[in-house]
Amino acid sequence: MTFSRRSFLAGSSALALSSAPIIGRAQGSDKIIFASILDLSGGLDIYGAPMAETTKMAIDDINAAGGLLGREVELKLYDAQSTIQFYTQYATQAAAGDRAHTVHAGITSASREAIRPTLARFKTLYFYNTQYEGGVCDYNTFCTGSTPAQTVAKVVPYAMNKWGKKVYIVAADYNYGQITAQWMQRFVKENGGETLDVEFFPLDVTNFGPTINKIQTAKPDFVISALVGGAHVSFYRQYAAAGMNKEIPIASTTFGVGNEQTLISAEEGDGIIASYSYFEGANNPTNTEFLARLEARLGAGRPVMNELAVRSYEGAMLWAEAVKMAGTPDRDPVIEALRSGLSYNGPSGAVAVDPQTNHCNMNVYIGDLKDQKWNIVESYEAQPPADTQLVCDLVANPDQSTFLFENGLAAAGIE
Amino acid sequence: MDLVVAVLFQLIYVISNLALISLGLAIIFGMMRVINLAHGEFLMLGGYTVVVATNAGINIWVSMLILAPLVVGIIGVIVERLLIRWLYGRMVDTLLATWGLSLLLVGIVTSIFGASTGTTVSPPLGVVRIGDYSASGYELFLVVVTIVLLFGVWLTLRFTKLGLLARGTMQNAEMASALGVSTSRIYMITFGLGAAVSGLAGGLLAPMTGVLPTIGATYIAKAFITVISGGSAILAGTTAGSILLGGINGVFSFIAGSTFGEIALLLAAIILLRLMPRGITGRFFRKSL
Repeated sequence: MTFSRRSFLAGSSALALSSAPIIGRAQGSDKIIFASILDLSGGLDIYGAPMAETTKMAIDDINAAGGLLGREVELKLYDAQSTIQFYTQYATQAAAGDRAHTVHAGITSASREAIRPTLARFKTLYFYNTQYEGGVCDYNTFCTGSTPAQTVAKVVPYAMNKWGKKVYIVAADYNYGQITAQWMQRFVKENGGETLDVEFFPLDVTNFGPTINKIQTAKPDFVISALVGGAHVSFYRQYAAAGMNKEIPIASTTFGVGNEQTLISAEEGDGIIASYSYFEGANNPTNTEFLARLEARLGAGRPVMNELAVRSYEGAMLWAEAVKMAGTPDRDPVIEALRSGLSYNGPSGAVAVDPQTNHCNMNVYIGDLKDQKWNIVESYEAQPPADTQLVCDLVANPDQSTFLFENGLAAAGIE
Repeated sequence: MDLVVAVLFQLIYVISNLALISLGLAIIFGMMRVINLAHGEFLMLGGYTVVVATNAGINIWVSMLILAPLVVGIIGVIVERLLIRWLYGRMVDTLLATWGLSLLLVGIVTSIFGASTGTTVSPPLGVVRIGDYSASGYELFLVVVTIVLLFGVWLTLRFTKLGLLARGTMQNAEMASALGVSTSRIYMITFGLGAAVSGLAGGLLAPMTGVLPTIGATYIAKAFITVISGGSAILAGTTAGSILLGGINGVFSFIAGSTFGEIALLLAAIILLRLMPRGITGRFFRKSL
């Protein structure tokens, strides 16, 4: 048998592969790998593009401060193109190919549910930095975005005090909208109000005329919306065109995270209220400094900051703090560090991990739209993820990896 | 009583909306047998024309009623010369070619304007009061424009020389050619007119729906369903198809919500095409335009 160069390479690489688990990740490169998968093109990039900018900024900030544990952090950014299939593909690539130490990914709940099992299987630490409907109970997953008990529970009583107790709900027809609408009804009831009707819309509906008639018939004190995506922005236009924005006001749990306030005119949008864990007007020095640096980085045409974008930055920073605390980027020590109740002081205020749910305690704000800008009218400090806490206890049973609200609230045992 | 009037008005609006988005396709697909999958993108381009023009300070009415059809009509002629004219009589090939065109147009517009576009073009005209109810005056305007447009297309096809030549060419191109008609020119003009009508529709809808590079996808299926249900007579077919499907969609949307409205529309189209495979005008009003 001749000993060719090819068979030597094949043999030696097989040897290298078999010894890989012992040598571990550090052998491949000295860098710490941070992977991010977001929709940077297609219909969802109104959400994804600003998130990618702040993620890049976070990694640059970490490296400018000397990296982590003396090692440089490398960002692998993937564009999932608003297609779920690419999420699964890139999650596998990030976990198995790049051997990423952490993956920060996903915008829609559908994308999160597509990649969560993959990352759990590869034991790769996963961060989901998006506002969502609550209910993920997963030791390997950290959900840093706000959930209905943090935002919906604030905006519903605020709006009911301001406008009255009769509520009309309009929402997008997929898991986020359906589950959020159930939370809305629950909070309306808890606050002594009445839900007159709930309507769901497929994501490509652009004619809201019949609904506007129904709202006029029902005569609610206000409308609360969980409409999602570009086509649904038509609702706010047609509502204003029928003169309704002057008669029956709107509160929303989604208007603003895609910077919708800049897509419609000031007259159409004025008076809409919404609740998130971040608005640009958040009054703290970290935020002022963050916005100034962002502007220096991207120029005056920078995207408007919203919860998704800012939380992507804070999520990356929270992970970096955990790596520092653990003294290693390996998954298990980092998860332990995070679950010690680790807190990061970011532009939105303090974001602290809740070990019971792997969600976060965070500040929540209510904003009132005026001239395409949000004015903060109310703020609430350190709000817990009370919805997920009702059903999830990772302290008692850490060995969990489920999405408990998959079939709605009743199925999860919440009345 | 107010409610009845308000709902009726909405119903008429839904119907005319369907007719408006379908008419351009009816000309290109119904008359020319070109499966134009880029129809939604023609509407989208009309919308972008209005947004760009009004941002440049041009009067909104001029942008909507003149610039949008003009720009998209010119684009239509260019598309016909470069792409479609090689494919007449090859329906499946036109389907693939126009699908590619639709992806290309979405890509170009996205790279120029980005994926989300601030459309600060509000619907002009005020609010129409119907007792306790209110509707947008602009919706009323759209209903009127749709009727005028249908009438205009009818007049053109029925009474002008161009209309006669176009109808003749579509019925039997070889015979028309033998009689001295430049069929290639007629095809080009007809395709351009179809595109212009689509551009006008897209421009008119822009203040109501906003513009996005991908907004065409929300129209394309409904437009095809309407035109196919309508059958071969383009005007009578589009009108009949819009009234039937729009009416069903409007009624069910009001009673059971948007999701059921869409389901009812699709279900009605399936049943209709099962009973009348050649569309409404394949059985009724067969001699109409």
